[in-house]
Amino acid sequence: MSAITSDMLLQSLANAITLGSLYALVAIGYTMVYGILRLINFAHGEIFMMSMYFAFYFVTAAMLPWYLAFLFAIACTGILGIIIERAAYRPLREAPRISLLISSIGVSYLLQNLAVVLFSGIQKQFPPVAMFQDVITIANVRIQKLSIYVPLITAVLVIVLLYLVNKTKIGMAMRASSKDFETSRLMGINVNRVIAVTFCIGSVLAAVGAIMWGLKYPKIEPYVGTLPGLKCFIAAVIGGIGNIKGAVIGALLLGFIEIFIVLFFPALSGYKDAFAFVALIVILLVRPSGLVGEKIANKV
Amino acid sequence: MIKVENLCVNYGGIEAVKDISFEVPEGEIVTLIGANGAGKSTTLRTITGLVKARSGSIKYMGEEILGKDTVSIVSKGITLVPEGRRIFPDLTVLENLKVGAYLRKDSLEEDIEWVYSLFPRLQERHWQLGGTLSGGEQQMLAVGRALMSRPKIMMMDEPSLGLAPLVVKDIFDIIKEINKRGVTILLIEQNANMALHTADQGYVMETGRITLSGTGKELLENSAVKEAYLGK
Repeated sequence: MSAITSDMLLQSLANAITLGSLYALVAIGYTMVYGILRLINFAHGEIFMMSMYFAFYFVTAAMLPWYLAFLFAIACTGILGIIIERAAYRPLREAPRISLLISSIGVSYLLQNLAVVLFSGIQKQFPPVAMFQDVITIANVRIQKLSIYVPLITAVLVIVLLYLVNKTKIGMAMRASSKDFETSRLMGINVNRVIAVTFCIGSVLAAVGAIMWGLKYPKIEPYVGTLPGLKCFIAAVIGGIGNIKGAVIGALLLGFIEIFIVLFFPALSGYKDAFAFVALIVILLVRPSGLVGEKIANKV
Repeated sequence: MIKVENLCVNYGGIEAVKDISFEVPEGEIVTLIGANGAGKSTTLRTITGLVKARSGSIKYMGEEILGKDTVSIVSKGITLVPEGRRIFPDLTVLENLKVGAYLRKDSLEEDIEWVYSLFPRLQERHWQLGGTLSGGEQQMLAVGRALMSRPKIMMMDEPSLGLAPLVVKDIFDIIKEINKRGVTILLIEQNANMALHTADQGYVMETGRITLSGTGKELLENSAVKEAYLGK
């Protein structure tokens, strides 16, 4: 281990927070969908991928200014989430959960191959936006402005989301439906609509994550969502799937693990993507329900 | 208020309800008693649209509601306190009450006060998660939650199940009190004694059919009912 300067530590800290925040936005989608449908939505990584393409085409083909393009891309991704739920999951509402899981794997492959057909497998370059990608130097740490925006945007979105889930009527309906569809219907809750809203929110957050991901790692291809998707799923499980705060904590933890292991053990940097999986195994062995595991208070 | 005619329901591969007809007049307490598997719960679940009927008719204030979805049936003023209470375990007591009023857009203050006056325990525990309440308190919460929708008719599926006799008595007293406030009650019970003492009208269900009917008093004195349900 060579000498690690405090500048390197700070640099890594900034990188870890940025990466963790990006993971968090995608991990929340997994955890929300799991919370309400008990479904691991394997198509979530592909929703992430599609929103990068949406943003790409709104900038390059529709020639929109970046802020409009990103806004439209986020909206389209939200709609895509609703369509996927309507077409692939709602017809299976009364089916065993394994059918839903298989359906989600099907949607995942469908979207990947659709992307190959529609957008070709050739790598595309995510449109650069100077105000995010300019590099600034703070206390000897050189970071893209993005590294400041990402955690801020994530924090704001998470706070808004927690408010929505815990303090609003639709949030109450989401929490009720996540426990008991039938009784929720007896309360007059339109469970299908609540589920659609959940998918929409999850997809919108994934879209924000994907766009910022594209600004940081500007390569787009049809399989670009697979690995981030898998890692964010792991982040959600580490945190305790079904729990929004858990997903954020798991995602930040994963970001720190990835960045700091590479910092302290540069020789392992080739195995960077494997850390998430090792972390998953270790944490599940110690805490099977995740770090913030769902509280079970159910007296019958 | 509710008129069920020639209702047949298949449920879980068996004919659970076989051609039953009964009526719930406005302002009364009507009970449906019978053993396990007689089809009582299925009848209530069919009225709320949770279970689809094979044939027959369910009229609510003259309007056919069979085949409508649960949300639209509930929005007409019908509520069900489900079997096993089914309160939301990780919503607080207050949130459970609020979710009961999900379809309402007006102020809930007055109704919450009323529910708290019926069940003071709920007020003491309003911040607790529903899942941490005792069985009796959960039943109170389930009833309170149902009342929050300002129902015209409240259907209850075995409210006494698994509760201590003293708590059961409290629950039945409150059912009467709710009824006095103008809420029609359709009550399903295995506890025939309590149910028939409370009810104006009673029906006895056996293996999917209604075999006896009469006022609560008549049924209490009926020798067949005494033998089968009252243990005398």
